[in-house]
Amino acid sequence: MSHPDDMNDSLSQLLLDQAERLFAEHAPRQVLEAADAGTPPEALWTALEEAGFPLALVPEEQGGAGLEVADGMRLVRLAAYHAAPVPLAETMLAAWLWSRAGGDPPDGEITLAPARPGQRAGIAGGILEGTADGVPWGARARHCLVFAQDASGNPCLALVGAQQRSARPGGRNIAFEPRDRLQFDRVQLAATALRPAPLLDSDGFLPLGAILRSQQMVGAMQRCLDHALGYAGERVQFGRPIAKFQAIQHMLAVAAGHLAAATAVADMAIDAMTAGETANGDLALAAAIAKARTGEAAGEVAAICHQVHGAMGFTQEHPLHYATRRLWSWRDEFGSEPFWQERIGRRVCAAGGEALWPMLAGA
Amino acid sequence: MQGFRFDPLRLPPEAAATRQRIRAYLSSEREAGRFAANRSWDSFDPDFSRRLGPAGFIGMTWPKRYGGQERSALERFVVTEELLASGAPCGAHWVADRQSGPQILKHGSERARQEILPRIAAGECYFGIGMSEPDSGSDLAAVRTRAVPADEGWRINGSKIWTSNAHRAHYLIALVRTEPPGEDRHAGLTQFVIDLSAPGLTIRPIRNMAGHHEFNEVFFEDHLVADDMRIGPPGKGWQMVLGELAFERAGPERFMSDYRLLVEAIDRAGPSPDARQAVEIGRLVSHAAGLRRMVTSIAGLIEQGEVPGVEAALMKDVGTTFEREVPEVVRRIAPAEPSLDDPADRYVDALARVTLQAPSYTLRGGTREILRGMIARGLGLR
Repeated sequence: MSHPDDMNDSLSQLLLDQAERLFAEHAPRQVLEAADAGTPPEALWTALEEAGFPLALVPEEQGGAGLEVADGMRLVRLAAYHAAPVPLAETMLAAWLWSRAGGDPPDGEITLAPARPGQRAGIAGGILEGTADGVPWGARARHCLVFAQDASGNPCLALVGAQQRSARPGGRNIAFEPRDRLQFDRVQLAATALRPAPLLDSDGFLPLGAILRSQQMVGAMQRCLDHALGYAGERVQFGRPIAKFQAIQHMLAVAAGHLAAATAVADMAIDAMTAGETANGDLALAAAIAKARTGEAAGEVAAICHQVHGAMGFTQEHPLHYATRRLWSWRDEFGSEPFWQERIGRRVCAAGGEALWPMLAGA
Repeated sequence: MQGFRFDPLRLPPEAAATRQRIRAYLSSEREAGRFAANRSWDSFDPDFSRRLGPAGFIGMTWPKRYGGQERSALERFVVTEELLASGAPCGAHWVADRQSGPQILKHGSERARQEILPRIAAGECYFGIGMSEPDSGSDLAAVRTRAVPADEGWRINGSKIWTSNAHRAHYLIALVRTEPPGEDRHAGLTQFVIDLSAPGLTIRPIRNMAGHHEFNEVFFEDHLVADDMRIGPPGKGWQMVLGELAFERAGPERFMSDYRLLVEAIDRAGPSPDARQAVEIGRLVSHAAGLRRMVTSIAGLIEQGEVPGVEAALMKDVGTTFEREVPEVVRRIAPAEPSLDDPADRYVDALARVTLQAPSYTLRGGTREILRGMIARGLGLR
């Protein structure tokens, strides 16, 4: 029986163990609190760079670690499990895309713009023009990878430095992660800073961004459930741990079902990413399915885990909110559930009912 | 958190080949007008099964000497999902192929294997499930039907209920008490293969709410069963039944019972759906895609010889929740008055059938509440 993970199990386990230690040391409670209050976690980012994680997906000959996409996405899940308040996922994806476009990825945080449906940037004669809202760490990131189309609609990537863009900082999602407005005002690009975009179509970063957020939601849901299982085992009411009550058991069983289903579609999206350029249509579909299903699961899991925690989970003191506020933010970023559901629905309806099964079975 | 095992699985090339074979077979059946679309595994069409068996699609994983094909569990998996996706009337042989045959192969006597398995594989021998009793549903260990040693076998008295197809199946596998209940209530139970044509049995129909005769009550009055129709060691029936239930719960029929209604709803919405229709259909498809991946992964565990009890329970809970949602969602986006009286309108017909069948999805094979208890145990809560 074929098992795609067998080959890399030991390597990826080493890496994940290393990452686990790194997050435990550099993303403790105080760092999350400070980030919420506006102090960026410099030491955490430095440690991540020293470990080579931001460039993990970049081939070794381009200065990266040459990690498999699947292992990189496990790292993204783990960072989200720890609520690491840094643009690691965005940087990993941006660096991967830029290296696939033939560029050498720079050091420092790299963000992605535009990040919202309906927003576009244009390119003509090497000059970039456009506006993007809600850009993750848009003001702070050292570079921004911009998706733009030229006059003929060809997808391009532009690597824009901090000095070349004007930012209106101060925007945040409800997890207090920076989401800034960026303006690209007739930015003159060097020849090496503009390249044809691999993997992307007119949707730009939306599908891959949706896949990233799906992985992150899986990590954060796992954390929520761990919190809830732990709390249910400790909290005693009516003389026994609330974990012993059937009502609580059934709520957590439902949450575990959502997490398992979300993990399945997030895994599917990783497979589609791994399959790469040959399967562009499948990548868009896999991204849509992943974001639609994980986003729905995120709402359900967050609600259940809060209910299990009672008033304690509603406090600033209890760490549950670091996971749940991220779930409520991420499910709406890079396209909400209805956005992706409608995409899936239109595609399925256009193909007709009998075409659904070959699509689901992938054969 | 204790993780559940839903490892990614890529189906092997032979499964792809089998998929092409079963698809070709099913289109030839359809083209010959041999089955009406939009049936599922709750149908009962012996003619369909009698053709499917000789074509090599029943008992596929069993040894050739018992009529099998010695194919992998993943090839069988592909056949089951293609049957469901096509709306084939695959119900007659379903239980025998899914759980009774494998149970006999693994734990039955040589005589039982030789007498029964080749007939199942030929598509001419069908099984019912003898678990529930009037006072023992979810609490299965409370069964009271009793077998006592008699000359060369056992004498059984008691009754089973909700036995689907008992009036048209050939056998059932019954879980009965062979020792008085002691401190360990799971001890002292034994499974037997019951020949439904033998004396000492009375089968009483129980019509379901749609007026259909699918399930029955089966009364045992001094029914004699030979010792070589015993499944597994005496007193070890609970372990046997858990293995059987894992297979019963692990398949694609736990999210695809009403798959054809989804297909009809998509066609009813048409190629240019409105936004609401597209959103709701897209949502259902995103659920189906996740479930399909989960059930494929469970098929991989079965192929490795594992008994994925908790994973199967979780998949069945999530899958049957989805099945229950399908009719509720499609009726809102493609309004119609459900009716069984106009089979030509395939959407309305499917909506009516599913609406009347849907309550059973979260009951049969273990209620949602029992499954959630199993999942909670898997999470370490019990």
